[in-house]
Formats: sequence, structure tokens, C-alpha cells
Amino acid sequence: MSTQNTIPRHDSALVPNGPGAAAILAAGIGSFAVAVLTVAADKSALVKNLLAIYKPTGALSGVTTASIVVWLAAWAILEWRWQKKNVSLRSINIVAFALLGLSLLLTFPPLGDLL
Amino acid sequence: MEITTRSLWTLIHGMGFGALYLLAGSGAIAFLYQRFSADAPAAPSPGKDHLLGIYLAVMAALAWLTVLTGTYIIYPWYRAAPPKGTTSQWHLIGMEWKEHVAWLVPIAITAAAVVVIRYARDLKYHPQLRVALHGFIVLSLFAAGIAGFFGAMLDKNAPVEGGQTVQLVQGEKQ
Repeated sequence: MSTQNTIPRHDSALVPNGPGAAAILAAGIGSFAVAVLTVAADKSALVKNLLAIYKPTGALSGVTTASIVVWLAAWAILEWRWQKKNVSLRSINIVAFALLGLSLLLTFPPLGDLL
Repeated sequence: MEITTRSLWTLIHGMGFGALYLLAGSGAIAFLYQRFSADAPAAPSPGKDHLLGIYLAVMAALAWLTVLTGTYIIYPWYRAAPPKGTTSQWHLIGMEWKEHVAWLVPIAITAAAVVVIRYARDLKYHPQLRVALHGFIVLSLFAAGIAGFFGAMLDKNAPVEGGQTVQLVQGEKQ
């Protein structure tokens, strides 16, 4: 994702759009992690066992915990990189919503089973 | 009037946190539209921006409470004894989708809340951020709606029966 420091910005805009973009893209990445780990746990017994960190809940505990870690790590890294920058928010929105849309689809069991 | 502890938890999870989230979601969309529509006042009071941030933060808290109670308190009961019969297909597809798709909700709404709190009045200069906010709230409502729908459709008899009985109201003895 390329950052553009030269994007014209409104004079009154005090906060650059980078931190907002970081939150949006990280949410897309975190959601996609939920979907990818869900499919991985469904396909592989090894992954399923590894992700069962809380036995009563099974693999769901690991899928969600790992996804939260991925989400927060992605957010921290993107925030660090973009906190004082203006970035191309339109393309970041497209990527984030594509990831969220894919997450909705891949968590639907009949579609996840096709992979 | 009596209720089992398991039934009480499913009520708190679904009719408490989950239903409140769904109700609050439509309010958030109306709030955002009113705040940033073309005919909105150019300089609304700062309190309105703070209120929107607080509103979304409360929604995020509700979303986290819903998925955490659902995943760590209620879901183990469903795993223990999936009921056989006409609703078994609901469990195969519905429960599996519900348990995962619900986790997209707190992620999306937390991001939305943080953006609103961080940008506050500055948000009016960032139209693409507002587009993302609307999208995140709508998508989180859609995912919460899927989870809520399957929660309501699943046969709860087997998993939620049991536990201690809680007496809510005691009638007078004749």
C-alpha cells in the first residue's frame, strides 16, 4: 500500500488521515484473519488442535485470540508508519472492504468448504 | 417464576447485549447521517461529536460483551450436545457461521469508535473516513444480524437446559 505525502489536504484538517486509515485497514486484516484461521482449522486437524487453547470452546478460542493479536499488531504497525501521513484513503477503503466482504463469505461454512 | 442459570446467560447474551447492539446500530447510522448530511449545521456543538464517540464506544463494549459471553460461556454448552432431529442442519451451518461471523462485529465497530473519538470535529474534512465509518457500521450490523438470526433459530432446548435454578419472582401462597 503506497503512502502519498503529497496528497492535497484541506487547510483546516488538523489530523492527517493516516491514523484513521490504519484503523480501517487493520480492521480488514483482523477480520480476514478470522476467516483464514476458521478455514485452516476446518481443513487441518493439526491446526485445529493447535488453536484449541481453551478446551471447552475448542478451536474457536484460538481462531479468535490469534485474529485479535493479528488485528492489534497490524493496527500498531500501520499506526506507527502512518501516524503523521496522509495516505490514499480511497484505495485503502477498497482493500479493507474487500477483506471484510471476503471474511463474511469465507466464514459461511458451505463456501469455506469449497476451498 | 424460575429460570435456569444457563437460560439466564443466554438471555443476557442474546436479548441483553446482542439485541441492544442491533437497536443501537440503526441509531448510529441515523446519528452519523444527521451529523454529516449536506443540510447539517456547519458548526454543531462540540458535545455532539463527543456524544457520537461515546455512543460508538458503548456499541463496541456491547459487541465485545456479546462475543465474549457467547464464545466462552454459552458456546461450550452447544458443543457438548448438539441436538438431533430437524434442527441439526441449522446447527451444522448456522452455529458454525454464527460463532465466527460474530467476531467481525467488535473488530469493525471498535475501529469506527476509535476513528470518531480521535477525529471528532476534524471528521468533516475527511469524506473517505466517513464513507468507511458508514460502511463499517452497516457491515457490523449485517454480521450481528446473521449471528442474531441463527441464535434465534437454533434449538436451544438441549444446551440451555440445566444449571442451578434462579427464582426471579415468587407468588403469594394462597
